Amino acid sequence: MSDDTATLEATPSPDIEIEEIDKVIIRFAGDSGDGMQLAGTRFTADSAIFGNDLATLPNFPAEIRAPAGTIPGVSSFQVQIADFDILTPGDEADVLVAMNPAALKANLVDLRTGGMIIANEEAFEERNLAKAGFAANPLEDGSLAGYRVFRVPMERLTKEAVKETGVTGRDVLRSKNFFALGLVSWVFHRPLETSIAWVESKFAKRAEVAAANIASLRAGYNFGLTTEAFHHVYNIKPAKLAAGEYTNVTGNTAMAWGLLAASQAARLPLFYGTYPITPASDILHELAKHKNFGVRTFQAEDEIAGAGAAVGAAFAGHLAVTGTSGPGLALKSETISLAISLELPLVVIDVQRAGPSTGLPTKVEQSDLLFSLYGRHGEAPLPVLAARTASDAFEATIEAARIALKYMTPVILLSDNYIANGSEPWKLPDLDALPDISVPFLTEPNADGRYVPYLRDPKTLARQWAVPGTPGLEHRLGGLEKQEVVGNVSYDTNNHQLMTELRDWKIRNIANDIPALEVDHDEGAELLVLGWGSTFGAIRAAAKRVRKDGLSVATAHLRYLNPFPANLGDVLGRYRYILIPEINQGQLRKLIRADFLVPAMGFNKVKGLPFHVSEVENKIREILAS
Amino acid sequence: MTDTITTKYTRADFQTDQEVRWCPGCGDYTILAAVQGFMADLDLPKEQIVFVSGIGCSSRFPYYMNTYGIHSIHGRAPAIASGIAVARPDLSVWVVTGDGDGLSIGGNHLIHALRRNMNLKILLFNNQIYGLTKGQYSPTSEKGKRTKSSPAGSPDVPFNPVSLALGAEASFVARTIDMDRKHTVDVLEKAYEHKGTAFIEIYQNCNVFNDKAFIELTGKETRLENRINLEHGQPVTFGAEGEHAVVLVDGAAKVVPTDSVAAEDIMVHDVHAPNPSAAFALSRLSHGPYGPTPVGIFRDSVRSSYEQDVKQQLIDAQAKKGPGDLSKLIRSQGTWKVK
Repeated sequence: MSDDTATLEATPSPDIEIEEIDKVIIRFAGDSGDGMQLAGTRFTADSAIFGNDLATLPNFPAEIRAPAGTIPGVSSFQVQIADFDILTPGDEADVLVAMNPAALKANLVDLRTGGMIIANEEAFEERNLAKAGFAANPLEDGSLAGYRVFRVPMERLTKEAVKETGVTGRDVLRSKNFFALGLVSWVFHRPLETSIAWVESKFAKRAEVAAANIASLRAGYNFGLTTEAFHHVYNIKPAKLAAGEYTNVTGNTAMAWGLLAASQAARLPLFYGTYPITPASDILHELAKHKNFGVRTFQAEDEIAGAGAAVGAAFAGHLAVTGTSGPGLALKSETISLAISLELPLVVIDVQRAGPSTGLPTKVEQSDLLFSLYGRHGEAPLPVLAARTASDAFEATIEAARIALKYMTPVILLSDNYIANGSEPWKLPDLDALPDISVPFLTEPNADGRYVPYLRDPKTLARQWAVPGTPGLEHRLGGLEKQEVVGNVSYDTNNHQLMTELRDWKIRNIANDIPALEVDHDEGAELLVLGWGSTFGAIRAAAKRVRKDGLSVATAHLRYLNPFPANLGDVLGRYRYILIPEINQGQLRKLIRADFLVPAMGFNKVKGLPFHVSEVENKIREILAS
Repeated sequence: MTDTITTKYTRADFQTDQEVRWCPGCGDYTILAAVQGFMADLDLPKEQIVFVSGIGCSSRFPYYMNTYGIHSIHGRAPAIASGIAVARPDLSVWVVTGDGDGLSIGGNHLIHALRRNMNLKILLFNNQIYGLTKGQYSPTSEKGKRTKSSPAGSPDVPFNPVSLALGAEASFVARTIDMDRKHTVDVLEKAYEHKGTAFIEIYQNCNVFNDKAFIELTGKETRLENRINLEHGQPVTFGAEGEHAVVLVDGAAKVVPTDSVAAEDIMVHDVHAPNPSAAFALSRLSHGPYGPTPVGIFRDSVRSSYEQDVKQQLIDAQAKKGPGDLSKLIRSQGTWKVK
């Protein structure tokens, strides 16, 4: 490390005021080529290591490089850091880093009045202003009077900073995201050490790029330190989270790790058959890195083959998983139906995004719920589970695998773009306490010296798993209807009725093997806010806020969407009002109304973004006031 | 898995208790008998064998083989079998498909299974018709074929399955005929010994919807004139007296009178040739069984197999990083402690 490390540790001079605040919401915004996701991710990692609680919301275009300087090309990363337990990335930003006019224009609406704007002033020139649709330069025309605007010549300072590092051409300005990160780190008193170490390891093979990024990072930090404009800085103390060891994790990573954990807990090798699709591909990327766990990742020729290969692997005795997003789930539908007929264990991960069709590939939606339950031909029931947060995805994944193996059934596990790409601190679990989810393979004939594949466990109705290579248990499975117990092809009509009912009962019966729905009840509450999936944070945070004003509200969050927990009917019966906020047009509401004949109300939004806490809060207040 | 003792089987050991329900006289019966007989002669415990099929007449095959098996969904057998082969390199995995199942709805899976070169043996029963759905034209039906769905003649140009397989980077490609059991068994043996995906097109007569489609290759009067038996290392000649020969002209195979060319100009068949061009040229001699048509092994070349490469990657990863350690993994992105 060079000697200017000292600068980083310099004690602020007496004229620097430090204000203690309990939370801040920062949004980094720029062109999709400006490295805003990276700047945001690094700021998040630094804050996590510092001990803040946090939640993030990346938001980027589907295009890899939309036209530079335009509104569709804007990419942003919002992070909330706090010294207390927070549940969401926050509604309105306190700080907006705008790398160009389009970033300012697209994000200003989400900046609170009086908030801070750190603008990369050189980008506010005629051409960029025109591309963003500004008639005049907003940094100069007074239109930003309601905000605290800091104009920073980031490009000139970055060029200056990287002069000695040996980078040339386009690489010179590429480091300006690190300049921005350095400056924001100064303003919010973040240490730079973890980002420096990260850059050194990430660019170990390109020393000049590593040097340029570190030089820009320090230049940004030092610019704050030496410029009087930034002498009022902020500090957010570490959060008082539950004692334990934490890491910062995204939902996709947690899901991949959950699969590796499930594979060990099941004592089965993991097979992941898939086809690249946004926003699920990172699960494949993560698993492919960990072949030493014995995981076989199979990048198939299409979505159908991804699922098909997984069905084959399940037949062969592996913990078989296929992962996708909505369009892929549609293509896998027939194969999942086959797995239902074959009664083989299979975990199907659907990282939901906005539809229909290609829809909004990088935006969140919870609109595959009914499709997961009913999107197959014939009577084809299967269990459906949903993760609620990034860190929860780990446990939800193990639970999906447990049910698939124990009940010899495909299971759909729902995530979504917000869970998949958002991150939050995760208190590391006690790995020794992971449940044993293994099921033994059958090794001996189960009926008078022969193997009958559809003999069922009387309690779970699951059939017994016999895998190729086991002498004496040779058998054929197929998608044609099977004679009960024996498994031979059967066209008998009464047998079909029986098999349909057995498949149905097998899934319904799982309700007796899952935890009861927990209610966060408030004395005197007449309103229950019921949610599922990634609305968890917004619902809980909204409830907290209204309770501060003495209002009573209860909340409950479903992990199991099929079957529902056995006590759900009782829970619903205890409340006069039921509100179901969803990022869809009311899919859970439809199920709840149909199954329980209660007048559940919906609160629905499909803007490709999670709920703001205030939106749910206002809806709760509106109902309680009526 | 416990050690298994190799047993000598008879064909009956591979028969199941299920009534075989193909139409009387269907070519599938002879193929089934050939495969069962061939399996009985292998030194392979039958629990190591898996048959996977899709949908169609041929796809009922697994129900009649007393091995492990899946009768799956239309066109997807190569995908499902790929999962089995990658997960379990110890197994012998066979795919049974047809011209509709394998070349129409499942065409994509077929070509990718071929290029990946997995431990899969793919038997494509080609009867040039949709049998199970009662007689529509298939992707191998000749252009102009009149069927229920093409009363004015099929407007589709058919696939040549051997050309397709060679173009899809298949390392083993062969063609045989249902009625020639000995030839079928010879080809099955070579396919079994081959490391990687083997593709066998079997001309199979559908006596109900497309009878005598292969008569030029099977009929007493015509077969000598039309059937070109490919033998590795031998000059490609045919006819009662070997009076026809195949030569390569500008890269294309051409039939000429044997006595019209010098002996050294006659094509010598090399199944192991690294370049598939000569095999492809042979496959273009006929587009369907019309006129002189080669049967036998077109190509049998060696390259690494997918599932072994995947297995090696796992071994290498463990050697480099040690066995997977969950505790280390969940701490790999940095942690902090809250007291």
